[in-house]
Amino acid sequence: MISTDTEPKVNIEIAGKLGLSADEFERIKEILGRVPNYTELSIFSVMWSEHCSYKNSIAWLKKLPRKGHHLLAEAGEENAGLVDIGDGLACAFKIESHNHPSAIEPYQGAATGVGGIHRDIFTMGARPIAALNSLRFGNIRSARTRHLMKGIVKGIGDYGNCLGIPTVAGETYFEDCYEVNPLVNAMSVGIVDKDKVISAISKGQGNPVFIVGSATGKDGIHGATFASEDISDESGEKLPSVQVGDPFQEKLLLEASLEVIDTNALVGMQDMGAAGITCSSSEMSEKGHCGMRIDLDKVPMRQADMKPFEILLSESQERMLVVVEKGKEASVKAVFDKWDLNCTQIGEVTEGNMLQYFMHGELVAEVPADVLVLGGGAPVYHREYIKPSWYAKNKQFSIDSIAEPENLIEVARHLATHPNIASKHWIYYQYDSMVGIKNTLTNHAADAAVVRIPETDKGLVVTVDCNGRYVQASPEYGAMIAVAEAARNIVCSGGKPLAITNCLNFGNPYDPEVYWHFVKTIQGMSRACLKFNTPVTGGNVSFYNQSADGGAVYASPVIGMLGIMSNPEKHLGMAFNQANDLIYLLGSSRNDIASSQYLDSWHQRRDCPAPYFDLDEEFAVQEALTILNEKGLIRSAHDVSDGGLFISLLESAIQGNCGFNIQLDEAIRPDAFLFGESQSRIIVSVDSQMKKLFEQTLKECNIKWSMIGTTGAKLLKIGDQNFGTVSEWAELYNHAIEQAMEE
Amino acid sequence: MKFGIVIFPGSNCDHDIIHVLRNVMHQETIELWHKNPLPKDFTLDDWIILPGGFSYGDYLRAGAIARFSPVMHDVVDFARNGGHVWGICNGFQILCESGLLPGALVRNQNQQFICKNITLKVANDNTSITRGIPKNKILTIPIAHAEGRYIADKKMIDQLLANQQVLFQYCDKNGAINQEANPNGSMHNIAGICNDSRNVFGMMPHPERAAEEALGNSDGRLLLESLLQNALV
Repeated sequence: MISTDTEPKVNIEIAGKLGLSADEFERIKEILGRVPNYTELSIFSVMWSEHCSYKNSIAWLKKLPRKGHHLLAEAGEENAGLVDIGDGLACAFKIESHNHPSAIEPYQGAATGVGGIHRDIFTMGARPIAALNSLRFGNIRSARTRHLMKGIVKGIGDYGNCLGIPTVAGETYFEDCYEVNPLVNAMSVGIVDKDKVISAISKGQGNPVFIVGSATGKDGIHGATFASEDISDESGEKLPSVQVGDPFQEKLLLEASLEVIDTNALVGMQDMGAAGITCSSSEMSEKGHCGMRIDLDKVPMRQADMKPFEILLSESQERMLVVVEKGKEASVKAVFDKWDLNCTQIGEVTEGNMLQYFMHGELVAEVPADVLVLGGGAPVYHREYIKPSWYAKNKQFSIDSIAEPENLIEVARHLATHPNIASKHWIYYQYDSMVGIKNTLTNHAADAAVVRIPETDKGLVVTVDCNGRYVQASPEYGAMIAVAEAARNIVCSGGKPLAITNCLNFGNPYDPEVYWHFVKTIQGMSRACLKFNTPVTGGNVSFYNQSADGGAVYASPVIGMLGIMSNPEKHLGMAFNQANDLIYLLGSSRNDIASSQYLDSWHQRRDCPAPYFDLDEEFAVQEALTILNEKGLIRSAHDVSDGGLFISLLESAIQGNCGFNIQLDEAIRPDAFLFGESQSRIIVSVDSQMKKLFEQTLKECNIKWSMIGTTGAKLLKIGDQNFGTVSEWAELYNHAIEQAMEE
Repeated sequence: MKFGIVIFPGSNCDHDIIHVLRNVMHQETIELWHKNPLPKDFTLDDWIILPGGFSYGDYLRAGAIARFSPVMHDVVDFARNGGHVWGICNGFQILCESGLLPGALVRNQNQQFICKNITLKVANDNTSITRGIPKNKILTIPIAHAEGRYIADKKMIDQLLANQQVLFQYCDKNGAINQEANPNGSMHNIAGICNDSRNVFGMMPHPERAAEEALGNSDGRLLLESLLQNALV
């Protein structure tokens, strides 16, 4: 094979520029039995990039619990996890990061992140019915943060709104460590008939291969490689690595892809995300143990004179690779014609395992499919990890080293207006949260979103959670807490946790302390997922989230959890909706302020471990809540999380426009009681007439609990102190972010 | 009487209004594909609804391309002959672009997409979709749009008010019509209007998103109930 004159001559330096190590270059030569040409080298560079190959994480990811009787596909087997939800239906769901593109071009970076994750879902034949996202920014007072936030939120909104998929839930944090490198994690949740799931497979020698959707341009070339390095001053020059989204094309592709399934002509379908044609053709072929021949010049192109490697690596959005049963091409083409989309045959399935790419009849690259992909020949590395020296010292943290604040109301006001805690409606009002008329959250505030499942009376219960501060402080416990909080949010909304998807955002894996966080996170997540019987169905690892001067971001393993609510009458909300109800705290109060928002931003102290957490205690509290809810004994439930007990009470009060009167606990410091974030606590409100039955039931549950006060009036009363009216606190809580954005 | 729901390639509230009409209101409802003419059996007793969404992507201006689509030629003729046409959100934008309703819908004052519950009240209760709504009822119905700020020249606004063509106005929880209760900067807090012969209706709020107890809000159903009572008389 001869490389064309216009292509650079391949050597170890060129390989290095494409992100391949010297060892990897040697391995490629061994596999091929020759020196690759530039096109082939480019193929290896994207397929063996961290982004596509998971080479630095896969050894540990395999240790996560990935089995469950309700799972219809194992992690990594399909584009997304697939969970049996009864009634002949399955739920496909997955979370993915688009951090680096969003750091460079916030609007398009975030928009294409949303487009990509929805494509992963509908390429399986599932109609996405809900989107969620998890965002991390630097300090809201910085102009860069506000610029990123405006662009990212608008990007997510414009894409999802046009597509008509409601954004139903999310979370947003502001910490200095995300200043240069924000995190943008997008999740999609879809529904499919169990017997209509489409697999990302290619097989059947002679079957035609089609490319459908948008034409291919030069955008996003080497995007996967770009995602696999640190953000630096030069990253701006990687702008061409960022893709450009077209949500209207995606809407057409969505409808056409779901409609084409009914032709029964599909062998397999795979969306084109990272590494475009290269990735989809190799993964589908490897899965079906066959080869593929592709004529690159037949690919509909946006611009003239694209080189073979550019066509192969282009990450132009809104495209799919479709393998069709020979003889049934016409019915497939008719569907894409109806939706005015390209549908062009570019190749066919071949015998053997070789991918052959041709340009004007000339073979330009020839690589075996299996050596490219994860689980095949892609490298697997075991990285060194070291416990950071500060870890042991931070565990010594004592609350006694922190002076008690003189004015609790001032602290409360600081927390209620802190952007990590204040209402995020500046963000979510920009998302269509209601299209599809399935999201119940609009008129029923709850800890997780409950989304109606079409043609049943059940609901999917979904949430995304991760407190990166906890994970950074104690990764094993922080990761357990992330899973536990997600489960708690689902239980507090009346659901039962089923499974998770995760998005593991970390710094550079070659830094042993960063990798220690990664390893400990996996271990903690495994323990918690086993306890809650919520296996990991898939997700995404995003390394290299760090900047040259700022260091790594907090270890941020975002958990997207799926649950189910079988009986709509058990739907729980967080609002205090009646005066004179009794307020109970399930779980125990502790003299613990470690890693709380209060300790972090009021006292500016970070030398501490994660908050108190015990997995068995957590599980018991959640079980107790479920039993109480099943028996119809509670009117509202809201978990205690960021900002502590005070913030949870405040949120329930604001949602129901109903005040509360609670007593302090004499055994606990008032600041720890109100603002500490020790885990495994839930506030419930109970009809006073149910008191006896409620307490009797609770006594059988073997958990700690206490009655802390009552609901009523429009005032917040704590101990003997009047904190003010619900409406003045609502004003503070609701407008803090809006005001910060206007600065 | 039946309902025809126009489906543009970028419509995304089509399934919602079809669900509400078929399964909540139990009405015969058919789909009208944008490339096709109106079916032969479509009569002036029937209603056409233009649903929300992004018709053809709306990258240029909401509804600007949809007005040229094949189905819209028939919809315009249908309306000019007295047929009932109701545009919701993107549908309202398309009706203004096609000249079936006066005025224009431009970018929200805050330059952002806004999706939230808002409150509104009926300004003219003498049309088929408002007649059945209880007097002084403050409706809670969500909006979801980037281009919903209703504008028209002064002469046109005066005419709309004089002819009682304003159907709905954004108001606060107590019914006061003021700037604080105006989510998008619309002139006179206008949320919906009709033409002077009262057979073409347009509104930005989404009644179909507030039509079921299961979603915790059925205020939007009042419009559909009103329509059915009055259309069948």
